Amino acid sequence: MSRIGVFTCHCGENIGATVDCAKVAERTRNVPGVVHSVDYKYMCSDPGQSMIKEAIKEHGLTGVVVAACSPRMHEPTFRNAVEEAGLNPYLCEMANLREHCSWVHEKNDATTDKAADLIRVMVEKVKHNTPLHPIRVPVTKRALVLGGGIAGIQAALDIANAGHKVVLVEKSPSIGGHMSQLSETFPTLDCSQCILTPRMVEAARHPNITLMTYAELEKLEGFIGNFKATIRRKARQVDEKLCTGCGLCITKCPNKKIPDEFNEGLGKRSAIYVPFPQAVPNKPVIDKTNCTFYKSGKCKVCEKMCPTGAIRFDQQDELVTLDVGAIVLATGFKVMRTDKFPEYGYGKYADVIDGLQFERLASASGPTLGVMKRPSDGKEPETVVFVACSGSRDRAKGVPYCSKICCMYTAKHAMLYKHKMHHGKAYVFYMDIRSGGKDYDEFVRRAIEEDDVKYIRGRVSRIYEEDGQLIVKGADTLMGGEPVEIKADMVVLATAVQAQDGSEELAQKLHVSYDPYHFFAESHPKLKPVETNTAGIYLAGACQAPRDIPETVAQASGAAAKVAALFSRDELTREPVVAVVNRLPAPTFSYCVGCFLCQSACPYQAIEAEEIRGRDGTLIKTLAKVNAGLCQGCGTCVSTCRTKAIDIQGFSNEQIFAELMTL
Amino acid sequence: MSSAPHAPAPGDSLAARLRHEAGINLNHCYQCGKCAAGCPVAEDMDNTSCQTLRLLQMERPELDRRVLESEAIWLCLGCETCSTRCPQEVEVAKVMDYVREASLALDLAHPRSRDILAFHRAFLDSIRATGRLFEIGLVANYKLRSRHLLKDVNLAPKMYVRGKLPLLPHFIKGRSGMKRIFQLTLGRKR
Repeated sequence: MSRIGVFTCHCGENIGATVDCAKVAERTRNVPGVVHSVDYKYMCSDPGQSMIKEAIKEHGLTGVVVAACSPRMHEPTFRNAVEEAGLNPYLCEMANLREHCSWVHEKNDATTDKAADLIRVMVEKVKHNTPLHPIRVPVTKRALVLGGGIAGIQAALDIANAGHKVVLVEKSPSIGGHMSQLSETFPTLDCSQCILTPRMVEAARHPNITLMTYAELEKLEGFIGNFKATIRRKARQVDEKLCTGCGLCITKCPNKKIPDEFNEGLGKRSAIYVPFPQAVPNKPVIDKTNCTFYKSGKCKVCEKMCPTGAIRFDQQDELVTLDVGAIVLATGFKVMRTDKFPEYGYGKYADVIDGLQFERLASASGPTLGVMKRPSDGKEPETVVFVACSGSRDRAKGVPYCSKICCMYTAKHAMLYKHKMHHGKAYVFYMDIRSGGKDYDEFVRRAIEEDDVKYIRGRVSRIYEEDGQLIVKGADTLMGGEPVEIKADMVVLATAVQAQDGSEELAQKLHVSYDPYHFFAESHPKLKPVETNTAGIYLAGACQAPRDIPETVAQASGAAAKVAALFSRDELTREPVVAVVNRLPAPTFSYCVGCFLCQSACPYQAIEAEEIRGRDGTLIKTLAKVNAGLCQGCGTCVSTCRTKAIDIQGFSNEQIFAELMTL
Repeated sequence: MSSAPHAPAPGDSLAARLRHEAGINLNHCYQCGKCAAGCPVAEDMDNTSCQTLRLLQMERPELDRRVLESEAIWLCLGCETCSTRCPQEVEVAKVMDYVREASLALDLAHPRSRDILAFHRAFLDSIRATGRLFEIGLVANYKLRSRHLLKDVNLAPKMYVRGKLPLLPHFIKGRSGMKRIFQLTLGRKR
C-alpha cells in the first residue's frame, strides 16, 4: 500500500496569489494513498526541505509529490532532500503548479480545481514509480581530433597539455590546413606560416599527441566516453620510419607537371611530393593517379634514388581501431571555385582568381615568391579589382549566408597588393563592410584611408575580356547606382566559404546533425556552441560555420576544455530515464520477438541484439537490448514496439496510463 | 610584419590636390550622409555635400568636372555645420572652399554663381577698405557688380529710418593689419 506525502508550495505570490493552496492541500488529503498533505510558502527553502525530510521519517512515506514550480527548476533540489531522508530519489515527482497553472490562468475556482487535478495525476504516477539508480559509464581518456588545421592543432594541443592522450587525424599528407596557405593574416598582417609552423611542430613533438596524416575516419561506433573509431591510414607508398625527408626522390621524379594543390593550381609539383617545405611530417607521398609507375608500370626512379630504401610500391591502406572517449570535429571549409560564376567567365579567364589563389600569389613561399605577377602572362597587374560577396549572400548560387571572413581578407588583399605595387590601382566592390572584431574596422579603414584602395558599393554584374584586359562592370550605389566600368589586369573573387567536401557523409557516420549547407550543427546556437547533439562529440572552427582564425582558435580551446572536463572524471553518471526491454522468466524470456523494428527507428543507434542461449549453447531467442549509454530516452522505440516489450524507466506505459485514467 | 603605409602618388585629381595642398584626406569619408543631413541648403543643391565628396573620392576627371560645374558648391553657406558634425573629421566646408577656387581658376563656375560671387567680392571689398561692414558701400558695390540696380530699392528708406544704413563708414583701429591679412591670403590671387 502506497503512503504518499504531498507538499504544496505557494512559491511566494507566484502560485499562492492565483491558486488557493490551503484548499488544494486539504482536498489532496482525500486522494487514496495520500497520508500526508501540507502547504508552505517556500518549499525549496531550508525549512521547506526539512518539512519533507521529517514527514518521510514520521509518516513512513513511500512516495513524495512536490506541487511547486517546473521540475527543470527544482527537481534536483527535492530529489536530493528525499535521498537525504533515505528514500530513493526517483520516488519523488513534481506537479508543476506554476508554469502549468498559476502563471497561465486567472484567480478563480477552476484554477484551484486544476491545481488539485495536477497533483492527483502525479500521485497516481508516484504510486507506480520504482526505485531507479543513475547509470554509470566508464570514460576512455583519449581524444580523437578530426582535421589538422589550426582548429584541430589548437584543440589537440590544449587537450594534450591538460594531460590527456590525443590522436590527431588529418586527411592530407601534412597538417596545417588552410592557414598554412595564407600569406599574411588580418588585422595585424603577421605572416601566417611564421605563427602556424611552430604550433605544427609542437603538435608533432608533443608526447601526448599521436599524429596520423594521410588518414581518414572510416567508421565510428559507441557512445560518449566509449567510442570505437576505425581510421583508414592511406598508403603513402613511403615508409615513414625509414624516410629521412631528404627530398632526393622529389628532385629526381621525372613527372613534375602536376598542378600543385597547395598553390591552388598556380604552381606545379612532382608525382612524389611534400605539399610544402614546412610540412609536418616532412615525409613525401606518392600521388598514385599521376605517378608514371602506377600508370605505365615503369619508372621507379624514386625507389632507385632513395638512400634509405623507404619507397614501398606495395604498401596498402591500413585500418586502425582506436578506443576514444571524446571527439573534436575540426574538418574546416572549402571555398567556392571561380567556375561557378558564368557572369564572371566560368573560370575560363586565367586572371580571374579566387581569394586562396591570391594568398599564394602574395605569399613569399608561393609560386611567384611573393612578386605580384598575374597567372596568364606573368605581367605585373597595374589595376586589380577585388570582388567581395562573390557567391555569398547570393540565394541564386545556393549560399544565402554571409561568409564572414571575406570583408576582412579582401581589405587585406588590397592592402598587400598596394604594399607590393605602390603605383597600382586597387578597387573593391562590396555590398556591406562587415568588420566586427577587435581592430577589424580600423584595419579596413586603413586600407581605404592610408592605402588609397577605392571601395565601390555594388555588386559586379559582369566580367569579360576585351583587348587583353578584363572589363569589370558594376554600379556605384553610393552615387545613385551609376554604372561603373573598370579596365582591370586581374580580378580577385572573394568566393563563398562552403562546407568541406564529404561533410554530409562524415556527419552521418558520426550521427551529428548538420545544416542545409552541410555545416555541422551546434547543440545550442548560444549556450552550447561547441557541443553537437551527440554527447561526446565537439566542434571547432569553420566546419560549423564560416570563421576567422581568432574565433577558430577560441572555439578549439573551448572544445578542448569540454573534453578536459569530461576526462576529469573516471566515470559518467546520467539520469536512468532510458528504454529497457522487459525480461521474463523462461520460457518466454521477454515479450520481444526480435523483429528489430525498434532498431531501425532508434535515432541514436542504441539498440543492439542479445542472444539467449540454452545451457548447451543453442540459440533459443534473439532479443533487442538497449545500450543505456547511448539511449536518450526519446521513446521512439516504445511507440514502435508491436509487442509492447519496451518501456522507458520512470515513464512507463503503466505510469502514463495511471496518470490519464485518474482524470 | 606589415610594410609601412605609403603616400599615394601625387595625381591631378582634386582629391590628390586637396590632400597635398590642404591636408584633407577624402578617403576618410565613409558616406554616412550626416553632413548632408545637417546642411541647411542641401534641399536646393544639385549634389549634396556627401555626393560631392563621393564624386571627388573616385578621382576620375569626368566626375571631378561634374563637381566643378555644379551649382551646389556655390550654394554652400560655409556655415561649417558639416565639418562640425562629421564623425570622421573631414573638413567638408574647407573642401567646398577649395573646390570653388578650383572652379573659378578653370573657368567652370556654374552660371548662377555670378550673383553669389558679386556679393562675396563686394563684402570683401568693404572689409578690406574699412575693416568692417559698410552697408551702403556694400549695396552699391554689389549692385554695380551684379547689375541688379533697382532690385529691393524700396527697402532702403525703411532701413535708413531704423539706422541700418549709416551714410559714413566706421573704421576699425589698425586697418594696416587688416590689409596685411588680405595681402597674405587673397592678395596674390585677385
